[in-house]
Parts: sequence; C-alpha cells; structure tokens
Amino acid sequence: MNLILLLYFEFFKIGAFAVGGGLATIPFLEELIDKYHWITHEDLINIIAIAESTPGAVGVNAATFMGYQTAGIFGGILAVLGLITPSIIIIVIVAQIFHKFKTNAYVQAAFYGIRPVAAGIIGAAGISVAIIAFGLKGVFLGNPIEPIYATLFKVLLGVVFFYLIEKFKKHAVVYIILGALVGIFIL
Amino acid sequence: MKNLLDLFFAFFKIGALTFGGGYAMLPIIQAELINKRGWIEEGEVLDYYAISQTTPGIIAVNTATFIGYKKVKILGAIAATLGVVAPSILIITLIATVFDSFMDIALVEKAFLGIRIVVVALIASGVVALSKKSLIDLTTKILFLVSILIMTIWSPSPVIIIVAGAICGLIFGRKKEEAKK
Repeated sequence: MNLILLLYFEFFKIGAFAVGGGLATIPFLEELIDKYHWITHEDLINIIAIAESTPGAVGVNAATFMGYQTAGIFGGILAVLGLITPSIIIIVIVAQIFHKFKTNAYVQAAFYGIRPVAAGIIGAAGISVAIIAFGLKGVFLGNPIEPIYATLFKVLLGVVFFYLIEKFKKHAVVYIILGALVGIFIL
Repeated sequence: MKNLLDLFFAFFKIGALTFGGGYAMLPIIQAELINKRGWIEEGEVLDYYAISQTTPGIIAVNTATFIGYKKVKILGAIAATLGVVAPSILIITLIATVFDSFMDIALVEKAFLGIRIVVVALIASGVVALSKKSLIDLTTKILFLVSILIMTIWSPSPVIIIVAGAICGLIFGRKKEEAKK
C-alpha cells in the first residue's frame, strides 16, 4: 500500500482506540515502530519530549512528527487527518445521543473496564521507554553498555524528576529544560 | 461560510496557545469562546470536556469537534477540528525539518540523554493521574496490573487490550450494577 495511505489508516486506528488523551497514543506508536521500523524507539522518546514542549495537543504533535519523519510533509498531514477522523465520527454520533450516552449502563460498564487497561498500556509503554532511557536493555542481556553505577544514577534521576513533577505540578516543558541541563552538565 | 471560518480561526488560536493539550486548553477556551465570543456556556464546556476524556481520541480534538458540531453541525465539527490541529502541523513540520541536523550536534545529543529520563517521569506521572481516576476497586486494579503484564511480556496490539477491557467491563461492571440493585 502507498506509504501515505498506510499512515492515514494506521493513525485512524490510533484515533479510534487510544483512550485517555495524548499519552495514550504512545503504546500505539510503539506498536507501529515494532511493525514497520519507520523510526527507532529512541526517536519516539525524542518526539514525545518535543510534542510536550511545543504548543498544541501532545498526541497531534507526536502524530505530525512521526508522519513527517516517515513520509515528509504530506506524511505529517495525513497522519493527523487519520488521527482526527475517528474523533469526528465518534463525537458526532455521541453528540446526537449525548444525554443517553452519559447515563447508558452498557457504556458506563464498558468504560469501567476500558479505563484501567488504558492506564495499564500507558504504564507498559512507560516501562519500555524507561528501559531505553536508563540503558537497561544491555543490563538485562548481561551485556551492559555502561558501568552499573551509571545506570543506577539514571534511575535515581528518574525518581527525583518524578518526585519534582508530582510535588510542583509545573508544566512539562519546565522539567524537559531541567532534563536537558542535567544531560549536558552531569550525564 | 463566515461561521465556519470563525470556528476555524477561533480553534486555530486555541490550538496555538494550548501547551500540552487536554486540560491546558480549558482556560483558553474559556477566554476565547465563553468570555470573548459568548458562543457557549461554562457548564457546557465542562460536559463536553468530560465526554471527550472518556471517548477514544485526543481530548483537545474531541472537545473541538464537540463544540464545532454544536455550533454548525458536521461542517462545524470539521472546521473546529482542523483549526485546533493546524498549528501543530505548522509548528511541528518546521521543527521536524531541522531536527535531524540539530540532533547531530554533540551537545544536543547529551541534552536528550537527560530529557529522555524526564519523559519516563512524565509518563509515570500521567499513569498515576489516570490510575487515581480509574482504579476504583479490586477488579479495576487487577485489570490494570494484568494489562501492564500482558503488554510488557507479549506486547500484543493495544487495540486487543482495549477491546478486552471493554468486554471485562461489560461482564464485571454490569454485575456490579445488578448487585447494587
């Protein structure tokens, strides 16, 4: 299939199934990388960082970036169009039955089960991002790329950043700048 | 036609001013659509936002679609949605064109070593926030842990996990409702 059409359909799928906003697209983007190898997992983490620190919705930014890196300007545009098409279809339907939708027992029951697994797959995506960011892959394979204390130091930094994010609730871009400074001067 | 252009540009502005999407867009919607234009009321926005969080898709996109649909039906939904994503396409395309040569700079590469660790912490914080809202009893906690395990060990398509979650919800969530009665 034409690459640009393929991008449209793959991002359509993400728009139709990613529940929970921008971060919820990450496990789907990881699946795309495993399936097509358009970009690397490291690229994806960079993309998330940039998507978080530029204006616009994180999921839309990430889709544009991945589409662009895969197939240029039109790749970026078609990825976004794919991502938003299900939203338009679903919301137009939901808007018709708005009051029934909110109180429907089946809808509520389905979302009772969807919400925790949606959080779970983002958690799993976080684990695979962590394995790359902390350099754990080599450790697990018994062939670490750097001394073990360097890996432990990165994990410790991750815990510190998490604490700062939870404690001060500042915008993501603040921590990303902080992370850049740590990368340049300490790591 | 003028209505559609109005919608497009109002949401273009919202898209360009929203940092991080989702919740961050609410104050900007309030300034732009409620205070300045008087298009909708506060309570409506919160209703749409709540629904947009539970339906699939990007929350900012869903909210724009909802408001656009309420104003001018389907064409309005499309105009508002295109408006809210257009700044992302423009800004990210500009960044992406220079990104590769930017990444070749040794200093930038070092910076991203630190940034990646922050991304892990940001995702963890997002999962904690979602968990607080969705892990309301033992069944949902088990669903959460099982989905993490399955994804980490076998990494199937996330679509399968979401559909399985919906089925489990229909089985266990319905039972819960009946038990209440």
